Amino acid sequence: MHQEGLSAKNLRVFYGEKEAIKGVSLDFAPREVTALIGPSGCGKSTFLRSLNRMNDTIDGVRTTGEIWMDGENINDPGVDVVLLRQKIGMVWQRPNPFHKSIYENIAFGPRYHGVRNKKELDAIVEDCLRKAALWDETKDRLHQSALALSGGQQQRLCIARSIAVKPKVILMDEPASALDPVSTAKVEELISELKQEYSIVIVTHNMHQAARVSDKTAFFYMGKVVEYDVTDKIFTNPSEKATDDYISGRFG
Amino acid sequence: MEQPAVMNKKRVQTGSTTRAFAKPHVIEEWVGKVYTALCILVLVITIGAIVYFVSSRGLATFFVDGVSLGGLLGGLKWEPEGDIPLYGALPFIFGSFSTSVLAALMAAPLGMCAAVFMTQIMPGFGKKVLQPVIELLAGIPSVVFGFVGLSVVVPVLRAIFPGQGIGIAAGSIVLSLMILPTITTIATDALAALPRGLKEGSFALGATRWQTIYRIVLPTTLPSLLTGVVLGMSRAFGEALAVQMVIGNSPHIPHSLFESASTLTSAITLDMGNTVMGSTHNNALWSLALILLSMTFVFVFVVRFLERRNKR
Ligand SMILES: Nc1ncnc2c1ncn2[C@@H]1O[C@H](COP(=O)(O)OP(=O)(O)OP(=O)(O)O)[C@@H](O)[C@H]1O
Ligand SMILES: [Mg+2]
Repeated sequence: MHQEGLSAKNLRVFYGEKEAIKGVSLDFAPREVTALIGPSGCGKSTFLRSLNRMNDTIDGVRTTGEIWMDGENINDPGVDVVLLRQKIGMVWQRPNPFHKSIYENIAFGPRYHGVRNKKELDAIVEDCLRKAALWDETKDRLHQSALALSGGQQQRLCIARSIAVKPKVILMDEPASALDPVSTAKVEELISELKQEYSIVIVTHNMHQAARVSDKTAFFYMGKVVEYDVTDKIFTNPSEKATDDYISGRFG
Repeated sequence: MEQPAVMNKKRVQTGSTTRAFAKPHVIEEWVGKVYTALCILVLVITIGAIVYFVSSRGLATFFVDGVSLGGLLGGLKWEPEGDIPLYGALPFIFGSFSTSVLAALMAAPLGMCAAVFMTQIMPGFGKKVLQPVIELLAGIPSVVFGFVGLSVVVPVLRAIFPGQGIGIAAGSIVLSLMILPTITTIATDALAALPRGLKEGSFALGATRWQTIYRIVLPTTLPSLLTGVVLGMSRAFGEALAVQMVIGNSPHIPHSLFESASTLTSAITLDMGNTVMGSTHNNALWSLALILLSMTFVFVFVVRFLERRNKR
């Protein structure tokens, strides 16, 4: 178990009676990118969403096991999910900017965590947009609707929005799968940038992307982690036959 | 017109040449087009006839009978059978607007909160139990609402406030109950259609459920919520029977909410039977109907406008 960072221990997630995650233990170190790969329906999103307890918002989902962060088990009914989610940001496959201005999209989170000062908010907005490599494209239209941005820009805005609340971990569920190659490259670049400060967990169906951006890779299959190792090892010399078959496109 | 090529592999004989992609469905196409066009024609003619009839009668008041437009819209006295007939409809216009606006003001917060409860707080129970109950409310005939108003609302108001209990307050309370289902149903649909991702995006930033409802869910769906309010208001504006039963029907602008007043619809329904077709009095009632009709158009345009804003 890492002292800093995030680690799941024997995590199980049930949709009603159906067990979608069957006892997964994984460690996510700070300043490291972990890729989750695996065939459709194997539980990658379910696992990812259980880490910031987003599954709590769905009726009939039960999560057992432990998730440790800062020396505390955050999969505990006594934990305030609001504080917890501030520490663990999330980015989805489909960009989901709020129907507000670019500025307000980013200021939304910090406002709720007590930043009221206009100067301070301005600074946060600029800083996050710069980190998301979006500042130059948007600095003249901060107060226009975020919905007028392109899909790729919206996705980078969502990433910028998530870092505005100063999380420790960012969870990304196929963040680039709805984007064109140029935007994808930008998002990947951004992930490498953000790695300096955050630990990132990314779900992807793109093997090249996983190989390019991640340090560690976990191969999920039918709700279990079949293999977890350094990315290079997984992609050049996997120990499990199933992993090899999947990454070389023989199934999945 | 486009025929999927694969479906028509069967060769069709046209004239002397055999063609692979001839159009064998010409008659079907034609019948379908003519039939649907006829249906729409009936609709358009009906609406056109209503508009024409109401306008020609309603405008005759001004152009044939020489009542001034300003006198009708701004006049305070409605005495069509007086020695000098007076056709001032302002009391009715005032009554219609005040009852429907007040009804919307009362029903809107209630309906929206109910919708929030049914979609955000207890979605399961809301969908299974509450929504059918509210839809049932929409099916209750207006005379029942009027009756309840007369036997419950009016006595209660009489007991608490000075006056007889009838009046604008009673009318708008009854109307607000009537339009509550409209507002609630439209708000519920709008809230339920909100993409899950938006709410989760807000949760993921550490916003609480109430912050999310207040800052994301409601503002994002605001145009649809307002559409519901406007539709409810237009229903209230056009309702005759229920209001008529509790408002008192005296053609004056009241000094308080608890004094007898009247609305455009109740003036029309109460007087129409007592007038002779073509008389000035009768035409003046058509003018009131014309005002109602124009207001309906205004409501429709507002709804359209809100919907267009919602698309963006
Ligand atoms: N809300 C839900 N209710 C019931 N079952 C669900 C729900 N969401 C997911 N599941 C089931 O849980 C399993 C894992 O789904 P999950 O979405 O985590 O897969 P995934 O690995 O993310 O797939 P993909 O690569 O297609 O996104 C699937 O069998 C799915 O049918
Ligand atoms: Mg998924």
